[in-house]
Order: sequence, then C-alpha cells, then structure tokens
Amino acid sequence: MVKILKDSYSVWWADLRILKSLWQRFLITSLTSPVLYLLAFGFGLGRGIEIGGVSYIEFVIPGIIALTAMNASFNGAGMKLNVDRLFYKCFDELLMSPISSLSIILGKSLIGVLRGLMVSSAFLAIGLAISSTRITPLFGLTLLLTCFTFSFMGVLAALLAKSHQDMATFSSLILTPMTFLGGTFFSLRDLPGWLKMILHLMPLVHSSRCLRAEALGRSFPWASFLVLLAFGIAFFLVCLSVLKRSSV
Amino acid sequence: MIVTRNLTKVYGDIRAVEDLNLEVRPGEIFGFLGPNGAGKTTTIRILTTLTKPTSGNAWIGGFDVVSQPQEVKKMFGVVQQHLSLDRELTVWEVMELHARLHGLGSRERRKRIAELLDYVGLAKQAERRIGELSGGMKRRVMVARALIHHPRLLLLDEPTVGLDAQARRRIWELIRRLNSEGATIFLTTHYIEEAEALCHRVGIIHRGRLIALGSPLELRLRLGLAAVETLLDDRVHYRYFPSKEEATAYVQSLPPEVKMIVVRDSNLEDVFVELTGRKVEDGEDTEG
Repeated sequence: MVKILKDSYSVWWADLRILKSLWQRFLITSLTSPVLYLLAFGFGLGRGIEIGGVSYIEFVIPGIIALTAMNASFNGAGMKLNVDRLFYKCFDELLMSPISSLSIILGKSLIGVLRGLMVSSAFLAIGLAISSTRITPLFGLTLLLTCFTFSFMGVLAALLAKSHQDMATFSSLILTPMTFLGGTFFSLRDLPGWLKMILHLMPLVHSSRCLRAEALGRSFPWASFLVLLAFGIAFFLVCLSVLKRSSV
Repeated sequence: MIVTRNLTKVYGDIRAVEDLNLEVRPGEIFGFLGPNGAGKTTTIRILTTLTKPTSGNAWIGGFDVVSQPQEVKKMFGVVQQHLSLDRELTVWEVMELHARLHGLGSRERRKRIAELLDYVGLAKQAERRIGELSGGMKRRVMVARALIHHPRLLLLDEPTVGLDAQARRRIWELIRRLNSEGATIFLTTHYIEEAEALCHRVGIIHRGRLIALGSPLELRLRLGLAAVETLLDDRVHYRYFPSKEEATAYVQSLPPEVKMIVVRDSNLEDVFVELTGRKVEDGEDTEG
C-alpha cells in the first residue's frame, strides 16, 4: 500500500511541477467561465427570481461550484494525459516503469483533483463574499468526491482517445449536456418524470444536489452522494481495466 | 540476457514478427537490422512489455516479459525511436521523475542525475526545458534517463534516427562507452553503417522474420568480402568474391563494353540485398 501511494505521488509529482510554474495563469483562465455564468445567469437572468424559497444567486452558486469542479478536474487530468499519450508520447515511460497500473491511474488523477479543488475553492471564495453559502464537512467531502469522480472520467477519456479530436468530441457529447442539464442553473424538481430519470444518469446532477443541500442548510441527499460515489468507483475501475488491456 | 522462442505478433492480417528465435548474450552490442516496418519496433515493444505477443515467449534476464513484467521492467532501460519526453519539464525534472519511478532515494537521485547529465554532456542544460533543446540533446536526455537505475540491458530503438552526422557520432561514442562499462545493448537500426560500426553481432530482420544472424564480418564472409559493381546494358550488376585479388582477376576478364567498374569491400547492405532482393532503405509494406 505504501509503495502504491509513493508511486502515485511520483506520477503526480511531475504534473505538480508543471502546475507550480503556471498556477496563476491556470487559475485566472479556469475562473473565467464560472464568473461569466455567475454574471449572466446569477445577476442577469436570475435577478429577482426565487427558487424553493431562496434567491436565484444563492441557488446557482453551489451548482456553479459543482460545474467548475467537474470541468477543472476532467480537463486537468484528461487533457494533460491526452497530450502525454498522443503528442509527447511520454506516457509509455510510465507504462515501462516498475510501478502498478493502480499507481498510474491514481497519480494521473490527482492532478485533476488538485486543479478541481483549486478553481472551485477560488470560486467558492467569490460565492462566500456575495451570498450566505454555508460550508460544512459534508460540503467539502462532496466537493472532493466530485473532483475525484470527474478526474477519473478525464483519465478514462484520455486513455480511450485515439486523437486530440476525440477529447473535444467527448467534451461536446458528455460535458456540455451536463453543463446545461446537470441541475446547475435550474431545479430538476418540476421536470417531467422521464426527463428527470434521464438527467439523473448524469453524475453532475448528484454533485449539484449534494452541494446545494449543504450550502442552503437542507437535509443531505445521501442517495445522490452514494450515486456520485458509485460513478467515481466505476470510472476508476474502468480506467484500471482499460490500462491493463492497453498492451495489444 | 534476451531470449526469444518462436516469438510471434500478428495484427489482423499482418504478421509483424514471426517465429523469432533470438539470444542476446550478456555484454554484447546486438543490432537488429532491417528496413522500416520489418518488425524491429514491435520486437522492442514486446521486450519492454508494452505489447503482448500473439504467441511464443521472450525472457529478459530470465524473467518472462508477459508473466513477470515488473521484474523485467527493473532490468532494462529503453530509448524509444520517437522522442518521448514531457516538453514542459526541465531536463533535471525529467531525470528526477524517472528516478522516483524507479524508487531511488532523495540523496541517490541527486547524485545519479548529476553524474548522468555530466556523462552525456548535458550538465549545463539541467534547468532548461525539454522544448528548448536540440534533437541531439533530447536524444541524449533519453539515453541518460534510460540509465538512471543502472540497468543491465539497454534497448535502443533507432537511437540515431533524425540526427545529423555529428550528433550521431556522439551517440555512437556513448553506446560504445556504455558497453565497455558492462551494459548489454540491443539496438535496432536501418542504418547499415550504424550496424557495422557498433555491433558485435547483427540479426537481419525482413517481413517479421530473422533471415540472417552473425557478426558483420561473418555475414559478409558468407557473401564474399570483395564486391564488384559493373554497369552493363544500363543496369548495375553485383558480383562478390572472397578476396580483392579474385575480384581484380574477374575485372580483368570483363569485356570492353562494360561501362563502369567499381571494386570495393562488401557491406551489410549487400548481404541484405542478396537475401531479400531489396535495399534496407526501401522499407516494407507493413507497419512494425
């Protein structure tokens, strides 16, 4: 176990070095979208609207935090791995090193988790300044789980991608629908049952529900938390399986 | 050091490697010579555990590459044909990552990296990003990286491809030096002069099959050490003789209509052409 963690850190270490040299640029560019969402939807469209007894701005901030964690984690882990595999071709060096597949997957995911936590925490700071969002241990745990889940998803997409275009396609087909339908900007409560069922297949829906419940002081949706956990475990296991079968 | 038995790799209809039986002895420089697509890289990928063979076996240092990959990975250092460096890292960081992956402790890491960068003549470039280096320097970083864990075997896949003459000579010197210090070296190349200049033994691979094996001199002896090229009816004809004297006697017997006559030493290119009917540079139809 110690060796697995040590090797994971070794894999993570290289990505940390790169992040260290460009973290300010990364933070500014990654915060652009969530801040624009906040301005456009929170202060623009949502002005004067109330959802479930709270102002729209209070409603939308936890959703944008989930969305930000999703994008930063997915891209933070997936895009770099994609470049390492297909452009720099240095991913093979990890495969030829005497470390386990588990360490490779964990190590490559951790950079996504860190990036996700950095950007979502920065946005959370903005949220705290303009709303009465509550932070609780469960809020932190859900945020961490969200980052892990989407980081594993990013690693999986990068392992399956045969070209850089494949990553863009994955983003368009999976992340973009989640961005607008994943419970970030509106409540799923009043949607038709069949649509609600489909949307609940999106991990972001469960992340938003959990974060929003904690931020607004409502009862915590444990079922959603468990679904998010199941998504995270599933992505991780599929990553492992894909990596083990990758030598053809 | 390396043993393969009936090693075969099939991709769809293509037999990239077929029934390869090979033994690379400890301490030698073994060259795998063949055109692009002959199966050289596929063999390296199997030996480095990146690709699983369709059938047959391969062992490195007695460990099976399929069933004991972790043990095998500790035995070798590899320099791939393509550049495989994270261009966002510095030279030192690339080395440190590899040292960490091989479990070197902090003090040992620092010492070994400094030692190796000095060895390949890159000590002054340690803090430069990989993206800022020349092709030859990048290749030397890859060699240094491959040596970080004191491997007993160095696998070099086309180590000088794309390099200018000076950079190529520098890599050759490095390979000779490593070998003289005890490392076994298995290299693939499609450069005849590289195989002749460096290798103690050469295996010639064509369409996935090993078609000849021996020292460069042994292989040439099978053909004849002297070659005569003649131009007749707008075609170049080749004849081989055991010695220059016999070649000269043949030249003197040629009719006056022969336009051009060249007497020279035979080389591995001649061996390859005689065995396959094509030149090494021509390449193959298949990938590999």
